[in-house]
Amino acid sequence: MELGQMQKSLQDYTKSLFVEGILDSQFLQLPQLQDESNSDFVSQVVSLFFQDSDRILNDLSLSLDQKVVDFEKVDPYVHQLKGSSSSIGAQRVKNACVVFRSFCEQKNVEACHRCLQQVKQEYYLVKNRLETLFKLEQQIVASGGMISAMDLGF
Amino acid sequence: MAVGEVMRMEIPSGGDMSVTSPELHVLAVDDSIVDRKVIERLLRISACKVTTVESGARALQYLGLDGDKGASGLKDLKVNLIVTDYSMPGLTGYDLLKKIKESSVFREIPVVIMSSENILPRIEQCLREGAEDFLLKPVKLADVKRIKELIMRNEAEDCKTLSHSNKRKLAEYIDDAPSPSPSPSSSTHDDSSAKDFPSSKQMKSADEKFSSLL
Repeated sequence: MELGQMQKSLQDYTKSLFVEGILDSQFLQLPQLQDESNSDFVSQVVSLFFQDSDRILNDLSLSLDQKVVDFEKVDPYVHQLKGSSSSIGAQRVKNACVVFRSFCEQKNVEACHRCLQQVKQEYYLVKNRLETLFKLEQQIVASGGMISAMDLGF
Repeated sequence: MAVGEVMRMEIPSGGDMSVTSPELHVLAVDDSIVDRKVIERLLRISACKVTTVESGARALQYLGLDGDKGASGLKDLKVNLIVTDYSMPGLTGYDLLKKIKESSVFREIPVVIMSSENILPRIEQCLREGAEDFLLKPVKLADVKRIKELIMRNEAEDCKTLSHSNKRKLAEYIDDAPSPSPSPSSSTHDDSSAKDFPSSKQMKSADEKFSSLL
């Protein structure tokens, strides 16, 4: 594929993530924090988000699988995930966490299990999409093209 | 215009006689590893020095407020601003704010609270306790720029109120320095008038400059 086409694909792909609500405007803050001395910031912070979320989701699963669910433990995990997803603009994950927290408040175990599934679904979706996004970028760079912050916004 | 007056005009209103441009050193406190990375970049790209810690307890340790005499020698890296998350396990941002305002050494350091929850009573409580400002998460570059400007303006204001005596001292210094026009007797005369009416002299010079532009 020719470079111009690849760049157009990247722009269209990125745009779709916003249109589908998978990402929100906070994601557009991240390229503004990238410069020559920190040229990998966006991928670094997103990787950090993935690592952190994997940990939280694992802890959440364990907590909800206990015979007696301790909501004092569960809620802070959801709060953490809500915070970090919000900071990188992973809107649907954040929204799923908001719903999750309301069921934690009600101490509704069944509903919380369903919420966890929903959060996981949204998380795997955004993870998949962002990994694809970064692959597209890498292809462009490998073909001698450049990614500007403008390519990630519109 | 005498050489002395021109030099006075160019003195920065901060009254600081040092040549280095000030860089804020910010202590950022957040239990979220993702948020720490983001806030660190937000601050660095806004030309601040940054130290991040993961808890209120660690923040107190860093400042040397934890009562442990063995605290790090990094205390001589003066902190100009503390930015802290509100909801943290253990010491909350509010607890940290209170401890800082209770300290005679650190109470002057501005503290900004960050929270993902827009709870008015919480915001009011923090402001009442002396927080400089309250940021709603997720924090944006514009928020950090605004805070930085606020802090630097406050620091300049503080320096202004201190600097009346500095201006006088500076005026004396300039008048004592060797210069082509003023004779020893007239420099003494200038000196005393500078002491009495430093601002009016500056205003006069400003008027002169302005009228020359018309």
